[in-house]
Amino acid sequence: MTAAIGAPTAAASESGDLLIASGCTKRFGGLLAVSDIDFTIPRGGIVSLIGPNGAGKTTFFNMITGLYIPTEGSITFDGAELTGRKPHEVVRLGVARTFQNIRLFGNMTAEGNVLVGLHHRLKGRWYGAILRPPSIKREEAEAHARAMELLKLVDLDQRSQTLARNLPYGDQRRLEIARALATEPKLLLLDEPTAGMNPEETRRLTDFVRRLRDEFGLTVLLIEHDMKVVMGISDRVTVLDHGEKIAEGSPAEVRANIRVIEAYLGRGAAGAG
Amino acid sequence: MTAAVRSRRLAMPDPFRGMERKRREKLILIGVVILAVVYPLVFRALESAFPFVPWPGTSVLIICATFAILALGLNIVMGFAGLLDLGYVAFYAIGAYTTAFLASPHFGIHVSWWIVVVIAVAAAAGAGILLGAPTLKLRGDYLAIVTLGFGEIVRIVFRNLGDFTLALPAFLGGAVLIGPNANLTGGNVGINPIDPPTIPIPGPWGNEIVFSNQNATASFYLVAVLLAITFIVCTRLRDSKLGRAWMAIREDETAAAAMGINTVTTKLLAFSLGASFSGFAGAFTGAYQTAIFAESFNFAVSILVVVIIILGGIGSLRGVVIGAFAVQYVNQTLLRYLGENVINAPMHAFGEATGIALLRDFNLVNYNYLIFGIVLAIMMIRRPEGLFPVESARAELHGVGISSDTTSGTADELAVAEEFATEVTQADETQAGDPREDQR
Repeated sequence: MTAAIGAPTAAASESGDLLIASGCTKRFGGLLAVSDIDFTIPRGGIVSLIGPNGAGKTTFFNMITGLYIPTEGSITFDGAELTGRKPHEVVRLGVARTFQNIRLFGNMTAEGNVLVGLHHRLKGRWYGAILRPPSIKREEAEAHARAMELLKLVDLDQRSQTLARNLPYGDQRRLEIARALATEPKLLLLDEPTAGMNPEETRRLTDFVRRLRDEFGLTVLLIEHDMKVVMGISDRVTVLDHGEKIAEGSPAEVRANIRVIEAYLGRGAAGAG
Repeated sequence: MTAAVRSRRLAMPDPFRGMERKRREKLILIGVVILAVVYPLVFRALESAFPFVPWPGTSVLIICATFAILALGLNIVMGFAGLLDLGYVAFYAIGAYTTAFLASPHFGIHVSWWIVVVIAVAAAAGAGILLGAPTLKLRGDYLAIVTLGFGEIVRIVFRNLGDFTLALPAFLGGAVLIGPNANLTGGNVGINPIDPPTIPIPGPWGNEIVFSNQNATASFYLVAVLLAITFIVCTRLRDSKLGRAWMAIREDETAAAAMGINTVTTKLLAFSLGASFSGFAGAFTGAYQTAIFAESFNFAVSILVVVIIILGGIGSLRGVVIGAFAVQYVNQTLLRYLGENVINAPMHAFGEATGIALLRDFNLVNYNYLIFGIVLAIMMIRRPEGLFPVESARAELHGVGISSDTTSGTADELAVAEEFATEVTQADETQAGDPREDQR
């Protein structure tokens, strides 16, 4: 458990799809948020999910992570059925996420936030917490060391004792990623990680995401509005509009796709890099 | 009162200045232990030497310590996990009644208190799960209403089971299963006597040490040990994986679940572990008083414990213990002293002169809840994080960034931060806006 995140070597070398969603539909009453989406994420890939506001990207994220149960269809992850699992069970299978609007534990320290991410990897039970036998002490010490490692990875080790709410915005974004990494995921879902960042911060975060894939063998699913990031980092891009998948392919293919230009870029919703 | 405490803390030169924080805390701890051991022994001497000082009696300190245990338990539910519980007295009652059932002539069962206390704690913890399970999806006000109802129901059930008949309906034969008019709980009269805890150590006091209200000094030492156990357990829980999970749920339940925390079991553990300390306190109270009755477990007890943890500093273990001693000292000793020596007589005279009947038999002690209410209202406005807050709460409410620099800083720095905090609150009040928005 020292240096690696997830099960990198195995995940990186194996081929095939880590996540397969088939026929995924989510209705909220009469509103069709996501409609009949087939979607795969290849192992070790960086896949981006783009689309105008309200296209159903975050809804799709929430279905993967168990916050929503799909109305129809199913999602399998690494051979296991995700549909109907509770959020904490999904995390334990190896799916971690960040939130579009940062959701840190504001009144806990940066270290505390990462320690919460480590939660389900720790074996201690409530009576262990009270009696505190040597095994628990050791586990706690290891968890603290591990948390510091992760904070160092996102360049926050100097601020480990700062309350999350008092961190600058960019630091909060990175802390959220560190917290997600603490759960030792195989698949990392990032919901608009560069939102609100300046170009320099964006560039560094993009490099960091690439590094997570290359060095730690993580698979990444990205929701992103910054086309520069999307086109620069993705192996594959999926475009949603009004809950439907309208295009899928390499960044170059998607960029040339007429439907995408019509639905997305044509409206001037975002500039193409 | 709050302003006075603060200004004294600011003005007082810190005798431990420059000393390492850990070492300082160790010294304070040793001081508290010595005080706890010595005070009951010298209390009488102090009282006769300085009769004009309102010394708290040993029995008052026992009440203080009992409420400190209660407050530490409720602090797990409210302070750590952020679940508003207004029916906490229910578990206190369950602990006390369990003790009464198992160690009294009421059913003729006489189990040793040292075993009974374990059963009482387990019973309270089980009741905590019973309350927690159906209320898992409720938050804030809704949870408060349900827990309030639970507290009242438990009290009324204990009262009404003093006259209980359980019979089959007439069409099934009408056979009486329990009763008729079975006295399960003693009803309004309660259960009396209850066996107090004993230790078979012979001495000048007899064959064994009896921890009842006949022997306040010994009982105080017992409850002090129980309080110490509670405090250590709470500290360990706070610094554990479970404590962090509670706080994560308090901060953001969805994000906590997305980090792999099972919010259902974690919240149930908060309810049951919190309740277990209430059962712990109940088992002691029942046995120490050697009598209990249902009406003493009323809503006011729940409120008093909430007042204690808010006054002391919600989430802060040190704060709630100090809060318990402060509130119960005022409640039990100071108000009586002030009433008898300062306020009552002139009020009576004024009442006689003006013919206002309310003032003619004025007694300050009867106004305790009014006074606590006013203090609480002032606290909420001026110092909502409590007298001895956790640093995060201070940051939350006053926008003072407590970083690693300040936590390891000197007392002077903390005092400055505190002063700044006060200014910020005042600023916030005048703007009447959400303090969180003003911060950045």
